[in-house]
Amino acid sequence: MSDRIFGGIGILLAAFFIWQATVIQESPFSDVVGPKVFPIMIGCVLGLSALAFVLKPDPAPIWPPAARLFEIAMAVAAMVAYAIVLPDLGFVIATALAAAYLTWRLGTPPAQALLVGALTSGGIYLVFHVILGLSLAKGPFGF
Amino acid sequence: MDILASLGDGFVVAFTLQNLGLALLGCFLGTIMGALPGLGPSNGVAILIPLAFTLGLPPTPALILLTSVYYGAMYGGRISSILLNIPGDEPALMTTLDGYPMAQQGRAGEALALSGVASFVGAFLATWGLVFLAPQLVKVALLFGPAEYFALFTLAFATLGGIASTNQAKAAFAAALGLGIAMIGVDGQTGVPRFSFGEVHLYDGIDFLVAIVGLFALSEVLVFLEHRGENTGADAAKKVVIGRITPSFALLRHCTPTMLRTSVLGFVAGVLPGAGASLGSFISYSMEKRLVDRNGTFGKGDPRGVAAPEAGNNAAAGGALVPMLALGVPGSGTTAVLLAVLLALNITPGPLLFTQNPDVVWGLIAALFIGNFMLLAMNIPMVGMFTRVLMVPPRILMPIVAMVSFVGIYGISGSSFDLLVMVGFGVMGWVLRKLDVPLVPIILGILLGNAMESNMRRALTISDGDWSALVASPLSIGLWLVALVGFVLPIVFGRVLRQRMALAKLKEEEGEVID
Repeated sequence: MSDRIFGGIGILLAAFFIWQATVIQESPFSDVVGPKVFPIMIGCVLGLSALAFVLKPDPAPIWPPAARLFEIAMAVAAMVAYAIVLPDLGFVIATALAAAYLTWRLGTPPAQALLVGALTSGGIYLVFHVILGLSLAKGPFGF
Repeated sequence: MDILASLGDGFVVAFTLQNLGLALLGCFLGTIMGALPGLGPSNGVAILIPLAFTLGLPPTPALILLTSVYYGAMYGGRISSILLNIPGDEPALMTTLDGYPMAQQGRAGEALALSGVASFVGAFLATWGLVFLAPQLVKVALLFGPAEYFALFTLAFATLGGIASTNQAKAAFAAALGLGIAMIGVDGQTGVPRFSFGEVHLYDGIDFLVAIVGLFALSEVLVFLEHRGENTGADAAKKVVIGRITPSFALLRHCTPTMLRTSVLGFVAGVLPGAGASLGSFISYSMEKRLVDRNGTFGKGDPRGVAAPEAGNNAAAGGALVPMLALGVPGSGTTAVLLAVLLALNITPGPLLFTQNPDVVWGLIAALFIGNFMLLAMNIPMVGMFTRVLMVPPRILMPIVAMVSFVGIYGISGSSFDLLVMVGFGVMGWVLRKLDVPLVPIILGILLGNAMESNMRRALTISDGDWSALVASPLSIGLWLVALVGFVLPIVFGRVLRQRMALAKLKEEEGEVID
């Protein structure tokens, strides 16, 4: 069943892709083929291959239970939040928080997780910024 | 003897203090990454590309660092196979068959040392193969026009799933998805924006590094989160007794014919499109079993059963570099990632690379030789240290992987937008993995999409819009035929082959229970 749903999404995606390809604005100085043809070809391959596994699906994978799915969604949310606040909060603080959250959710006890997060952040800062001179996001405190 | 002279020049390039240091660092990091279950060569190289890139290393040193990581990871994959019965990467699967039984008999150190030597023999011979075969392939590649290149790219996609591919429709879907992503951004030939929905960030297209790190590294973190609490690998590592870490001379001599035969076989498997290292180690093991297993000791801790797949898969890793360097078309997942390295450094692999940047090519090949010796020297005495790495629990390791990925990508662009796109790719990678959709064709599609399109358009511009130009030369017809066969063959034979691989593994496990 998973494959059928996925194939359905694939076909919709292919249709959307082909539609978007047809509305690409042509330049008056185009080559013979133009910018639309190749994307349309790709869209067709995309759609046909999706159709193939709608018609002949593989056995469905084992999806994790709802609680675990929520867990994954939260980890993704944490990463998204990290990406957004990184420039404002600065590398060291943001990374310590994100790493602490991830290691906590992967099974480190909460107090220890904070320590692991701080060490991860500090270690990366030391190696990549202090030793290797990579520029990392600067926060309000300059690190 | 041009080739040897060029190789000599390559050694001059590689023998600087900085390059030797980078090779050492790369071998070390690579072995660790290969050894950790879940962090294979593709992941290892993927995480390090943005870093090598943002550190501002010139092309040759950066390439030396990353290919050392690649070779190192191929060596490292065997460590967890032997000690934990968990392959560090896919090609190391066959090594578990005899390596783990050896470890259970208290001969883990011997198995590790022997497989280190076998890896060395395989990789060393394959690098010589690369030296002599790649320039020959370049001569053929010089005959290629745009139409032939278009056919060649199609061939690469058609065969990438490989003979062991599970579902060709999904491989095709993945390739189309990657090609579609490559179309995002301003069209190189006419300058019109495509699929960018008015978003300025998308005008430059999606950076393939963002996609690679997201698909490989971040999705791995999500996989670990999904299986939290099921992994006991770290505990098992403590129980294994390593034993003596030097193989006896008699043992090495006993295994030498095996190593030589399987190196050749692995190299051929690596060069051929669609075969790759996994198949290299599988064929090597099966052939040796058939040839020399007279007393039925294979699968119960026969040293030759450890030497065969290790020599085979490392030789295949070297072989896979031949089409990647000479044609610019990778034959396996990891070489696809190495192609990304080259493109990130603004080097276009292919026949022109050998004439325009011989220092890069031969410096790289020389670095492979040096890396090989370093890996051998590192792997025999220091193997105890690498096994200790296995005890770092994933709950600490995986956040570090995630954070280093973010650092690398942020270092390139300094924009939150790219980080968000990367997280998006991470989620996509996780879902696609669950559905058994291969990720490598997506990467290859993103990497090659624009080159593939522009070759097609160039061919049609030359022919003034006549589509038959794409199949006009015997060379291109040949390539199309191989592509077709390569795509259809797995649908017919793939099931049989996969069943055999599963069966070999299953038999092995039953054997353990009976013993």
